[in-house]
Amino acid sequence: MSENKYIPKTKLAKWFDSRLPLLSLSHHLKEYPTPKNLNYWWTFGGILTFCLITQIVTGVILGMHYVAHTDHAFESIEHIMRDVNYGWLLRYVHANGASMFFLAVYIHIFRGLFYGSYKAPREVIWIIGVIIYLLMMATAFMGYVLPWGQMSFWGATVITNLFSAIPLVGESITTWLWGGYAVDNPTLTRFYALHYLLPFLIFGLIILHIWALHVPGNNNPTGIDVKKNSNETMPFHPYMVMKDITALLVFIIIFFWFVFFAPNALGHPDNYIEANPLVTPTHIVPEWYLLPFYAILRAIPSKLGGVIFMFAAIFVLVLLPWLDTSKVRSSTFRPLYKKFFWVLVATVILLGYLGAKPPEGIYLVLSRIATAYYFIHFLILLPVLGRYEKTDPLPMSISDPVLDKPGLIDKFKKAAGQYEGENVGSFK
Amino acid sequence: MSKELKPKRRDFLFTATYTIGAVGIGAAIWPLIDQMNPDSSVKALSTTEVDISNVEPGKTITVLWRGKPIFIRRRTKKEIDEAGAVDLKDLKDPEKDSDRAKNPEWLVMVGVCTHLGCVPLDNKGDYNAWFCPCHGSHYDTSGRIRKGPAPTNLEIPKYEFVNNNTIKIG
Repeated sequence: MSENKYIPKTKLAKWFDSRLPLLSLSHHLKEYPTPKNLNYWWTFGGILTFCLITQIVTGVILGMHYVAHTDHAFESIEHIMRDVNYGWLLRYVHANGASMFFLAVYIHIFRGLFYGSYKAPREVIWIIGVIIYLLMMATAFMGYVLPWGQMSFWGATVITNLFSAIPLVGESITTWLWGGYAVDNPTLTRFYALHYLLPFLIFGLIILHIWALHVPGNNNPTGIDVKKNSNETMPFHPYMVMKDITALLVFIIIFFWFVFFAPNALGHPDNYIEANPLVTPTHIVPEWYLLPFYAILRAIPSKLGGVIFMFAAIFVLVLLPWLDTSKVRSSTFRPLYKKFFWVLVATVILLGYLGAKPPEGIYLVLSRIATAYYFIHFLILLPVLGRYEKTDPLPMSISDPVLDKPGLIDKFKKAAGQYEGENVGSFK
Repeated sequence: MSKELKPKRRDFLFTATYTIGAVGIGAAIWPLIDQMNPDSSVKALSTTEVDISNVEPGKTITVLWRGKPIFIRRRTKKEIDEAGAVDLKDLKDPEKDSDRAKNPEWLVMVGVCTHLGCVPLDNKGDYNAWFCPCHGSHYDTSGRIRKGPAPTNLEIPKYEFVNNNTIKIG
């Protein structure tokens, strides 16, 4: 795995590292060779790690003030907002942090789709990523229930009822999930326990995700294999670390713009009304990051069918490495796939828009078309494209696309010539 | 070859050990799973008595039973006639109105949409009866599903008339 081995400098380091190779590990993380052509789309892994840590830190603190009981939950949120020192800040960071986490994960996923990062030999990284994404959705959903507002309660009701669509055992499963005959106090307390637990599972999976990444190394914008320990790679520290930090700072600016200037823009006003099991809000919508799947759920005119298609929309991603039959990774060299990629992005955004609209008339028709297209993209287009698409010639190395630009070499030569002409003499 | 394929005494012992181990682990896991099912205190709240003397024809009252809303509607003559006149062939989940309402004047149902559990609104929708705002299911004056994604009719809970003014649910 490691390219140049860690050689302990002191006797103590040698003693410790031979017993627990933590120093070797940190050496590996520092020296890990990254392709020198990674662009800013590759900074979202670091940004996501930041998001998870932010959620865990703010979440643990909020847990010190929150009360998981139907009689007190809603009140305790207002207590956090009004009474707890900086409670408003911590809660707004945590709530908007969830949205920013999903924003970053969507960019991260679409980057993988664009550059073919899921293809061999990186299938396991991709599948772990899909599991992390699933856990993120479960965590976010359960977190949204905790304030015990109207959207919390009815969102929980609708989502847990999805399981009642399962033939024969559906009813028993929902009763089991609820710990009663409706969403109630037992449901709230177990959601709180699981909402606390799942982020740590995600943390563990992220370690596996990075471990699996460090075996083959990073993909890159050209999608071709890089020769490790050549002039095609650079050590992770300080080169990628600096790039990651630059991107992270821009991300934090956007994040905290929401926190300070529009903290409720991504939430729903109905969640500031305490849960009432007798009255359903006229229009139930999940948080924005779940809307595309919600649109798929409602597009299918059967209860079980809707649930199957919604879960299939996520599961199809697991199969993606085998559905995409093209040997070329990066869509830079796949003129047709590149177009379909952007159609897919547009489809997912359209589904998100439709998920927020009432399921009737033109919205319903459009969500059916978009749902159909989503599956066609993965199940038909990708396998077929791989066989018939005429891809552009791949460069020999990741430097070629840069150095091959017409006139570039001349420019270098000219610059070098000027250097020689002006300065060389004075050095002598 | 054949010598290797033949199960040995040791193979039998391994398999038997794994099996006993699996049963043991299963038995240990079951309490961890079953603790999530409704507990005794939840089950204890299984009946509710409701006074219906103040309900006028054409009105619905909603009461809470096991955390779920129960609709108790005193139906008008017109509603009863409409519900009775429906051809069972037109129904997604065929049920006679007389099977759903013991006393035709009183319709007692769990007020939870059979799609994904929202509470339908009354005097709304295509049948001027119940309509679920979440995903657009329409129910008729007997609470039967007529249009939309819900798979079945609104559920009828166990109930009985204790006397003319009281219904016991559960």
